Amino acid sequence: MKRITGLLLVVLALGGIVLAQNALLINGAGASFPNPIYSKWFDEFHKANSSIQINYQSVGSGAGIKQATDGTVDFGASDGPMSDEQLKAYSDKHGSNLLHFPTVLGAVVPTYTIPSVSASLNFTPEALAGIFLGKITKWNDPAIAGPNKDVKLPAEDIVVVHRSDGSGTTYVFTDYLSKVSDEWKNKVSKGTSVNWPVGLGAKGNEGVTGLVKQTPNSIGYVELIYAAKNNVSYGAVKNSSGVFLKADLAGVSEAAAGAAKEMPDDFRVSITNAPGKKAYPISSFTWLLIPAKFSDTAKRDAMKHFLKWAITDGQKDAEELAYARLPKEVVAKELKAIDSIQ
Amino acid sequence: MVPGASPSAGSRSFISRLRSGDEIARIVTFLFASSVVLVTLLLVLQLWHDSSLPRHKFGLNFFATRVWDPIAEQFGALPFIYGTIVTAAVALLIAVPLGIGAAIFLAELAPQKISDTLQFFIDLLAAVPSVIYGVLGIFIVVPIMRQYIQPALKHSLGLLPFFQGPAYGIGFLTAGIVLAIMVIPYIISVSREVLLSVPRDQREAALALGSTRWESTWKVVVPFARTGIMGSIFLAMARALGETMAVTMVIGNAPIISASLLSPGYSIAAVIANELTEAANIVHFQSLVELGLVLFLLTFILNGLARLMMVLTTQKGSGMGHV
Repeated sequence: MKRITGLLLVVLALGGIVLAQNALLINGAGASFPNPIYSKWFDEFHKANSSIQINYQSVGSGAGIKQATDGTVDFGASDGPMSDEQLKAYSDKHGSNLLHFPTVLGAVVPTYTIPSVSASLNFTPEALAGIFLGKITKWNDPAIAGPNKDVKLPAEDIVVVHRSDGSGTTYVFTDYLSKVSDEWKNKVSKGTSVNWPVGLGAKGNEGVTGLVKQTPNSIGYVELIYAAKNNVSYGAVKNSSGVFLKADLAGVSEAAAGAAKEMPDDFRVSITNAPGKKAYPISSFTWLLIPAKFSDTAKRDAMKHFLKWAITDGQKDAEELAYARLPKEVVAKELKAIDSIQ
Repeated sequence: MVPGASPSAGSRSFISRLRSGDEIARIVTFLFASSVVLVTLLLVLQLWHDSSLPRHKFGLNFFATRVWDPIAEQFGALPFIYGTIVTAAVALLIAVPLGIGAAIFLAELAPQKISDTLQFFIDLLAAVPSVIYGVLGIFIVVPIMRQYIQPALKHSLGLLPFFQGPAYGIGFLTAGIVLAIMVIPYIISVSREVLLSVPRDQREAALALGSTRWESTWKVVVPFARTGIMGSIFLAMARALGETMAVTMVIGNAPIISASLLSPGYSIAAVIANELTEAANIVHFQSLVELGLVLFLLTFILNGLARLMMVLTTQKGSGMGHV
């Protein structure tokens, strides 16, 4: 009899362990740019809510959209908003919509190495578009020299470096160039991979940073955090109000606040070249892509819980990881939208 | 039934062979062996199936056009095919003489101890992951190329179309050199083994006929081992064609077709690795899959050609007897 009781206790204990481990598992995939903060969020959220475990694979925005559409993950994530076509593909397949929720913001900066110049450079939108179109080929071109009167720029060829891998960074940068240059819009347009008119391709933010650092007279574009961490020079960019601004988190949030007033209901908004004197022009939201309708109510509630937490309490983690916080207006609007998830 | 019954099977019944275990071993190993063919077939089928859109949209133009524009949905494979072949060719041009020369030294001329010690290091080199070679390439080879070798090439041979344009440090030549460094250990390792396995009496016969040491090596041992040496070159070629990580780090990733080896370029494996994860557009995605199919075909064709060449030269040279 004693043995049976013992056995029963063991079975009960094992069952308890299995139950405890049987936390609600939610899978997501997508953008790699917000991966550091998402990992931190999912980890912190799991610590506070041990019954919910969220897994995130940072496979890239394109793959995130694809997996969310195929239904192989519970949610996706992207650095660029989905196109109408992509959204239609989702609703055709699932009979409901996929919603965009901005989580944090980031910025892209022009980074360069000119051995004879140590001062920080100012770039006009025309100069940036001209350089990346291959029309401005020398550093002492009047378009670059104009706003840099105090700097003696060399008569050297510009070596353009861009991302070779498909990337949200490229999306933001080409989105900006499309807004400030009609020629760019018609010839190249915006996307995670584009047909670059000139330049060398390097893989990842670290690849571009590395190549720009070691190639004399080169220019590239990277996430703000990479330029800041790796000690490469990055320039100020003229914003839509005509002010030259060096990227910082305040400038990025300012760009978002400017856009917040006209935020569309689906949150698909580009904030490059945003209005406002203090708005840094090459800024962008990054989005979580959440189904409007969940078949599993437990997952739905957990997801809503997480979203609300991330855009309110979770924002405190942003600066430390070099992301800019969401403006208050956007948070308020998102909280309403979260309630509509069924 | 499994085809090709073993000759030792004799007149024993299937059941008794099954009982003794011979038949079981034969079936199991046959299944293992056939899985290789199966995987290859499935791979081609999957690549074929997943590339239907661009195959119908572009047809043979896919191989002939050079625009790669994911936004306008225009995809042409030519610059990538060109880059893949050029970098592999540069790599083999450097690696084959170096590798075979080193193998001859190790197998024929070096004292046993030195040969074994060097072989140990060569095997180590062959086991280094390719991303390490890429890092080495970008931080050591690229700066040296940009500052010294490319300017020197432009200065001395700048009239040739192969050495024109700005010296970026990265490009076809650099990718070829890094690939050469990666494949040399394969050539040395396999060639050395083959040379060592040449029967001793072949050498002794040559020496007895009055050959010098070098004559016996070059005219008897190397021709005897030719098939194996060619095998090592195939292996090197296959590796060079498909190498992804190291190439993408030093080739410049620009779909350019240029006679100049100093120009940046792009290879098939590199563009797949770069763009697949972010290819949200279905035609873009499938075009990348079709590139995979092209790489498969390219490897297949080049290997076939190399084998054909080997068969032809062996017949012409009437086997091993050159002396």
